[in-house]
Amino acid sequence: MISALLVMIGISLLLGAVLGYSAIKFKIEGNPLVEKIDAVLPQTQCGQCGFPGCKPYAEAIAKGEADINMCPPGGEEGIRKLADLLGVEYKPFGEGAGPKAKAVAFIDEQVCIGCTLCLQACPVDAIAGAAKQMHTIIAAECTGCELCVAPCPVDCISMQPIGEDITNWKWRYPTISIVPVNAR
Amino acid sequence: MRQLFKFHGGVHPPTHKAESTTAPIAPAALPSKLVIALHQHVGNRAVPVVQVGERVLKGQLIGRPDGRLSSAVHASTSGTVCAIDMQVVAHHSGLPDLCITLIPDGKDEWIAHSGVDYKQTPHTELRHRLREAGVVGLGGAVFPSDMKSYSNKHKIKTLVLNGAECEPYITCDDMLMRERAVDIVRGAEVLRELLYAEEVLIGIEDNKPEAIAAMRKAVLDDKHSHMQVIAVPTLYPGGGAKQLIRVLTGIEVAAGVRSTEMGVQCFNVATAYCAWRAITFGEPLLSRIVTVTGNVERAQNYEVLIGTPVDELVAQAGSKPDTDRHIMGGPMMGVDLPSGKVGVVKATNCIIEASPALFPPPPPALPCIRCTRCADVCPAELQPQELYWFAKANDFGKTQEYSLFDCIECGACAYVCPSHIPLVQYYRYAKAEIWQREQESTAAELARERHEYRQFRIEREKQEKAERLAQKEKAAMAAKPAAPTPLPVVAPADTDVDPDNTLQMRVDSDIARANLQLRIDAAAARAKEQAAAAHPKNTDSLTPQQQAEIAEIEARRAKLREMASDAGADDEPPKQQ
Repeated sequence: MISALLVMIGISLLLGAVLGYSAIKFKIEGNPLVEKIDAVLPQTQCGQCGFPGCKPYAEAIAKGEADINMCPPGGEEGIRKLADLLGVEYKPFGEGAGPKAKAVAFIDEQVCIGCTLCLQACPVDAIAGAAKQMHTIIAAECTGCELCVAPCPVDCISMQPIGEDITNWKWRYPTISIVPVNAR
Repeated sequence: MRQLFKFHGGVHPPTHKAESTTAPIAPAALPSKLVIALHQHVGNRAVPVVQVGERVLKGQLIGRPDGRLSSAVHASTSGTVCAIDMQVVAHHSGLPDLCITLIPDGKDEWIAHSGVDYKQTPHTELRHRLREAGVVGLGGAVFPSDMKSYSNKHKIKTLVLNGAECEPYITCDDMLMRERAVDIVRGAEVLRELLYAEEVLIGIEDNKPEAIAAMRKAVLDDKHSHMQVIAVPTLYPGGGAKQLIRVLTGIEVAAGVRSTEMGVQCFNVATAYCAWRAITFGEPLLSRIVTVTGNVERAQNYEVLIGTPVDELVAQAGSKPDTDRHIMGGPMMGVDLPSGKVGVVKATNCIIEASPALFPPPPPALPCIRCTRCADVCPAELQPQELYWFAKANDFGKTQEYSLFDCIECGACAYVCPSHIPLVQYYRYAKAEIWQREQESTAAELARERHEYRQFRIEREKQEKAERLAQKEKAAMAAKPAAPTPLPVVAPADTDVDPDNTLQMRVDSDIARANLQLRIDAAAARAKEQAAAAHPKNTDSLTPQQQAEIAEIEARRAKLREMASDAGADDEPPKQQ
């Protein structure tokens, strides 16, 4: 009786020590789910979800404070990936919140007064310029978040949709064209 | 007799090569205009270096290579540049791209050019010449040849010269080998030198006996002891680089590995020919042999200037009226040209005039019956039926697990499919989607990095600013060690007296206000001191007249000040001096 108790206590102490040690040794900083969610998000940092950037939105999703259908740049595929990752139901975009065509910002350099307001608004430092110097967009870095459009005091920034050309053209899903048969 | 190897699968489509090999290569007539695309090669598009209206000479550079992986573009004949704009080009998409339109003047006037003896020229210069001459792989891949003719640490043992030309209808390499074998083997020798290769294996399918004979004769005449012309069995796609390497050397190039890592490099025979012309004669790649066949009166090979509109080329062969489209390349892997106005590019080895009778539209695709005939013929040893199911279901991860990117898009699977499923289209679709996703994730990664760095930078700037301010204050304090009177500070009352918080706060704020008032007073006193110390500098040597004037003005000012202070005594603070 006593020996059985002692054995059980011994085992529990040992396991407790192992658990306690591994909790310290293998401690994971932060929530790993946040990283996974952040990896699915498109990193436009546009704030259309209502959070100041993709990471805060990922944190909010991980805490269950935000829905998964609030990221228009991620598209429906993004929602599906999030639903898969979190094991929740797919949820379509709300009314009028769907994804837009991809675009890059464009500064009309004739109009730009060099106020640097757009520089401060750009979340990815994709605008080159300095005070009273003309600004310009580094198109390759622009995520198309539109955050620079509103602050511009002279409205010289517009969003230019990215058209299809030979470099970004891609093969379509094969479809069978329906050809009307000449009825005689 | 050399032992040959086999690759998996392969098909035997009707070759249709006899039609276009009856007549020798004919120079195509000078067209009314040349539409020269600036992106004819793998890599970056060439940058135009001529102006509209400029007269250019034959062989003059009109597009310079942009970056390391790029190639030069030249004027194919002398004439005037009439436009540099977006024109429909020979591409699956049918989209326009930047082209230079040239109106020939008919003089065909060469720019000054000269070649070198490759034996007495350093390899770097030879490669530079290839690049400047715009020599790219003419087998269809159009990869810049200067990039390929470099052997890192002399690892390349075998140079394979590809004269297999396995696709039906195409005979341009066949005719080139028959007629210009000497230049081809000399070009091969140059490429061998550049690569430090030990042997050159020239693989030609055994349905081209004339070409094999001509090449063997050229090798014998030039006494190339390390060069061998080998007849390989006719089997589509035996002209694929990996397949030919397998047949000739037995080396199987693994997935994701370049053949150069296994000691083999592969060039097309026409590339070797152009490399020879470029190095020995200084002639850039201005023309190529194009087979015009299919629904034409006289199927034949033409030497065609790059940029010749397809319409004008096929007219010379007598395109029949029921032709409904042009195919660039062969029937298995070719591109349906979006229009007859596109110019011939460096990749154009063949133009097939297609008619509904010659190439009837494929019957509608039926469901896959899992017969796995496609797997039997796949030269890359893939499971095309699996790839098809996954691609159709948009399950791209699975397609990659089944090695989608080893597919060479040869079309053998679709050729044998009893259900007429356009298999290759599914694979291309899946590849394009995967590429796009990869691009997007790279862009997202970049954006994330930049965003994080920006946040870090903003934080750092804030800190630096705070530090700077603190230092400035410190410096200011240090600069006045003997401040006239240290500011008397009202000491906070004993906090233990009243434990009531609200009262404590009030006391604190009173103390703060008192301190502030002290500071303000001290500052005002300092300002007064400074003002008193400052004397106008231009009042030293004045005439009595000027002094009188000043005195008068001062008196007027004093009077005005007095009046102002009287009028606004109750609501305006008196103005300080």
